Amino acid sequence: MSAAPAPLPPFDPRDPLGVDDLLDEEERAVRDTVRRWCADRVAPYVADWYERGELPGVRELAKELGALGALGMHLEGYGCAGASAVQYGLACLELEACDSGIRSLVSVQGSLAMYAIHRWGSEEQKQRWLPGMAAGEVIGCFGLTEPDHGSDPASMRTRARRDAGGDWVLDGRKMWITNGSVAGVAVVWAQTDEGVRGFLVPAGTPGFSAPEIRHKASLRASVTSELVLDGVRLPADAVLPGVTGLRGPLGCLNQARYGIVWGAVGAGRSCFEAALDYAGSRVQFGRPIGGFQLTQAKLADMSLELQKALLLALHLGRRMDAGRLRAEQVSYGKLNNVREAMGIARTARTILGANGISLEYPVMRHAANLESVLTYEGTVEMHQLIVGKALTGLDAFH
Amino acid sequence: MSLRIVVCVKYVPDATGDRRFADDTTTDRESVDGLLSELDEYGVEQALRIAEASGDAEVTVLTVGPDDAKDALRKALSMGADKAVHVNDDDIHGTDALGTSAILAKALEKTGYDLVVCGMASTDGTMGVLPALLAERLGVPQVTLLSEVSVENGTVRGRRDGDAATEELEAALPAVVSVTDQSGEARYPSFKGIMAAKKKPVQSYDLDDLGIEADEVGLAGAWTAVDAITARPPRQAGTIVKDEGEGGKQLAEFLAAQKFV
Ligand SMILES: Cc1cc2nc3c(=O)[nH]c(=O)nc-3n(C[C@H](O)[C@H](O)[C@H](O)COP(=O)(O)OP(=O)(O)OC[C@H]3O[C@@H](n4cnc5c(N)ncnc54)[C@H](O)[C@@H]3O)c2cc1C
Ligand SMILES: Cc1cc2nc3c(=O)[nH]c(=O)nc-3n(C[C@H](O)[C@H](O)[C@H](O)COP(=O)(O)OP(=O)(O)OC[C@H]3O[C@@H](n4cnc5c(N)ncnc54)[C@H](O)[C@@H]3O)c2cc1C
Repeated sequence: MSAAPAPLPPFDPRDPLGVDDLLDEEERAVRDTVRRWCADRVAPYVADWYERGELPGVRELAKELGALGALGMHLEGYGCAGASAVQYGLACLELEACDSGIRSLVSVQGSLAMYAIHRWGSEEQKQRWLPGMAAGEVIGCFGLTEPDHGSDPASMRTRARRDAGGDWVLDGRKMWITNGSVAGVAVVWAQTDEGVRGFLVPAGTPGFSAPEIRHKASLRASVTSELVLDGVRLPADAVLPGVTGLRGPLGCLNQARYGIVWGAVGAGRSCFEAALDYAGSRVQFGRPIGGFQLTQAKLADMSLELQKALLLALHLGRRMDAGRLRAEQVSYGKLNNVREAMGIARTARTILGANGISLEYPVMRHAANLESVLTYEGTVEMHQLIVGKALTGLDAFH
Repeated sequence: MSLRIVVCVKYVPDATGDRRFADDTTTDRESVDGLLSELDEYGVEQALRIAEASGDAEVTVLTVGPDDAKDALRKALSMGADKAVHVNDDDIHGTDALGTSAILAKALEKTGYDLVVCGMASTDGTMGVLPALLAERLGVPQVTLLSEVSVENGTVRGRRDGDAATEELEAALPAVVSVTDQSGEARYPSFKGIMAAKKKPVQSYDLDDLGIEADEVGLAGAWTAVDAITARPPRQAGTIVKDEGEGGKQLAEFLAAQKFV
């Protein structure tokens, strides 16, 4: 006599492959906390912030994120939560499901600014900056890109020279710097006689200013700035002692890219869910548009890509937690997941018809945001070149 | 000795899910995920605030519920409670409010308490009677439906906002209080709290441990019985009243027909 098979778990359109089962209880708890915080504190307002092109109350938001433990959450000590890479990824996913700008705030704070100090800073620098940054009392930014040097940071022009007294003096411009105008401390990468080095520049240092960049048509609920450095004098101990060369900033970028691998899934999920809801309620030719084969083909493909992207993110996360994640592997994730999220956003937009272009729905906002996400932290082409080099052994950058 | 606060928390089916009943008219736990009743989060929050203000207090969360009710405890622990007590026994299945209060009372006596904090009502049963039943069984004062609560020198004080008046109440400890959804937003569990939660002690009791006979509780021991359950019919399309001079009258008629007025 064979026992009847146990009933199958129900099909959940929001988790069609049961990926949730791959997460442990703590991972789900972290995700649920961020999801709920976003639903309470960001989702009701973010469309309005986006439309106005500002992030009012960014300092308050940072403190709340700090109280949750979301800032530098995957770092150990100094008030950081010490979470796993998968937990960090899940937080990025939920934040970006709300808006890429909020995720950017958190990524830049934790993966770029705090990570740089944590990884390359002196004990004094860590003690001075990290606890306040983990609590969200001090916002950080990360200045690598310049007006004339983006994908090729090795040719940066910002310079730091050491004067006779041992002080450093910085001159140059940084461009497209997230959190710049609201940052209490800027991690600035500059050319020195020894190679590229990182400097901690406190806001208010004479010669340093961070005017906000206006007229953005993407990532509007995020502060993006220029960093102006004119004869900025810093004490000898303002330099990050742990690293010389591009390996410094690139190591940080790898962390942030990892977060984007997850974040993009969030933006895609939000678009997919908006499209699925809409397809179920919008009636044309006498039936819900979700009942037409062409719409179903779109929904099926969107769901498929979304789940593949999520599985890829989780796979990379598990590797990172095991200490086995290579930079090339992060490139696979960033390249695929942002590209697919954009495809999902675009298809979702078509399902919403004219409403698809309205900021009353999240789709167009995500679609526009993803244009920035596609470019920052390494453009598509850079990641193709990284993967191409890994596959062929041939460097095609130059 | 430190102040012993126990928060009674209920594990309920997610109200946003498609809730159903099993064949024996009890809640079908399979069809929808469960969670810590949102109204009990306010209880946990007030307990934590009282503990923080006192500086010398211990917060225990207590639930009567199935295996999965540990999720509700875990959530409360990740918000900051110190330890948990889980009363779980197959024979509890189908217990009514009277039975639940009997089990909770025994568990409280075993755990020890100075202050018992409850939510204003569960989000599934929503009877809102448990705090009163509990106080009666324990033989201690009840100060219910508070929108503000504090403890000082062995006395619990609070404010109850009624429709007609606001009452300031107090009682000597030990006592049972319930707090409303106006008492102050519940905190989010922090990531550190989430990670600390799994190291916090969870004590499990079955009916034997509490000296309760199986036939005193459960479906068979219930004083009330659910005879039949009918799902609410799906929502109908709304009625649009077009104002052509008679709008007010039509509205009043609609409301009267729906027994709203
Ligand atoms: C909203 C926003 C926020 C940002 N935040 C930050 C920040 O916080 N900190 C920071 O340092 N930077 C930040 N950036 C900058 C971002 O990292 C750069 O924009 C990015 O690195 C690309 O540089 P670029 O814009 O100068 O483009 P370019 O490098 O000029 O590239 C232009 C195009 O040429 C292509 N290209 C370049 N070289 C090659 C090649 N060898 N082969 C093939 N194609 C090539 C690129 O892929 C791209 O398509 C931000 C950007 C945006 C939009
Ligand atoms: C749809 C439905 C209908 C029901 N109908 C009846 C009925 O008609 N008669 C009847 O006697 N029972 C009924 N029950 C059973 C009843 O819900 C449970 O016995 C319940 O534990 C007590 O009532 P309550 O949930 O309404 O609690 P409430 O009195 O609304 O809860 C108030 C507070 O008591 C605490 N509390 C409640 N339950 C627990 C628990 N299990 N563990 C720890 N703390 C708790 C919480 O702090 C809560 O905020 C019903 C249950 C459901 C789901």
